[in-house]
Amino acid sequence: MMNTRTVEIWVGIFVAAGIAALFMLAMKVSNLSAYTDDNGYEISARFDDASGLKVRSPVTMAGVTLGRVTDIRFDTNGYQAVVTMQIESKYNTLPDGTSANIYTAGLLGEKYVGLLPGAATDPCEEEKLAAELEGRPPELEGMECRPGYLAQGSKIQLTQGSLVLEKLIAQFVSKFMESDGSKQETEK
Amino acid sequence: MIGTIQHLGKAGLNFFQRLGRGHILFFNILAGVHVLVPRFNLVINQVYSVGVLSLLIIVVSGLFVGMVLGLQGYNTLVDFGAEESLGVVVALSLVRELGPVVTALLFAGRAGSALTAEIGLMKATEQLSAMEMMAVDPVRRVLAPRFLAGFISMPLLAAIFSAVGVLGGFFVGVGLLGVDDGAYWSQMQAKVDMYDDINNGVIKSLVFGVVVTWIAVFEGYDAVPTSEGVSRATTRTVVHSALAVLGLDFILTALMFGD
Repeated sequence: MMNTRTVEIWVGIFVAAGIAALFMLAMKVSNLSAYTDDNGYEISARFDDASGLKVRSPVTMAGVTLGRVTDIRFDTNGYQAVVTMQIESKYNTLPDGTSANIYTAGLLGEKYVGLLPGAATDPCEEEKLAAELEGRPPELEGMECRPGYLAQGSKIQLTQGSLVLEKLIAQFVSKFMESDGSKQETEK
Repeated sequence: MIGTIQHLGKAGLNFFQRLGRGHILFFNILAGVHVLVPRFNLVINQVYSVGVLSLLIIVVSGLFVGMVLGLQGYNTLVDFGAEESLGVVVALSLVRELGPVVTALLFAGRAGSALTAEIGLMKATEQLSAMEMMAVDPVRRVLAPRFLAGFISMPLLAAIFSAVGVLGGFFVGVGLLGVDDGAYWSQMQAKVDMYDDINNGVIKSLVFGVVVTWIAVFEGYDAVPTSEGVSRATTRTVVHSALAVLGLDFILTALMFGD
């Protein structure tokens, strides 16, 4: 048997190598490095069609991932899909007029939520505009003069759901049939 | 006719007796593990012979398995113009399946058979009986450290296998076949999940570690104390471990990734 010291050194190297390999798998191979500690804030949006979207799908703006989808539910009130998204708290100045669309990455890739920035509604500006139209001095007393941003619990109003290939083809085919039919009629 | 039925019954009884002895031994080992805490040197020596000495075969196999995955995956993916996904293919196959399973098979062949032969020979040369004579429990002194060493080494070896395999796939895919360097890693990071994939891979290798070392230690302890008996026990270790690993892998995969 080799002396104890050599054995212990080798075992130490082995354990260190194993832990280093696990660490490499965690940081370099998996998405652990993308996880952040802060929980951010949750916003929700209603889509007519959320097919293909999954929990943990990315939420992007301008192609940069800002957060993840955390929950997809069906709402029996409007027969729509309610998608809850978690946005990292450092992106806390998204205007409240932001619209959400479900896009496909690549031709057959995964679905993701794309946010498009819209106008931020500012109650003071609105009041000023209304006052100007009515020809009266604006009443800004007790109003918070700052543009509206998406915050915890905000709901996105403008949405467009997934495009389903069959629907597109059906639309295309019906258009095509229509124009074909009208052509035949004119020929008569 | 009656003879055949008697033969069948004897085989069945034998099977269940062995199964029972195996489980009793398993719980005896578990009950003896705490004794090792003050004498951890015993375990370290075993980690050396079970883990460190298996490193070479694990690293070399991992490298080649990763390289083959890179090559084969590229050939399939390039037809769909999706060769950027090569990293995902290599990493997911290694982390979820090949890492734990191939490591367990190699481990059974390299370390499991050695454990069985060692313990079987100790029994054949009556070293175990001599220990009992000196009021030393061979289960705690000989079997428990080996079992614990296998349990510790297996996930580390599997992690090394997967990591080296991912690098092997990288060498072939990026170095030889011209897949984009950034796409290989970024696609991998986007699709491989820490909790779903890597944790489950580690859990798999822990389970395999327990099963393979348990089988190896039991076969050695239960071997017929002759040279033929030890050779049979060694063979059985490799065969039974391989079957157990592959069967358990199916069950674990169905439980982890089934939905």
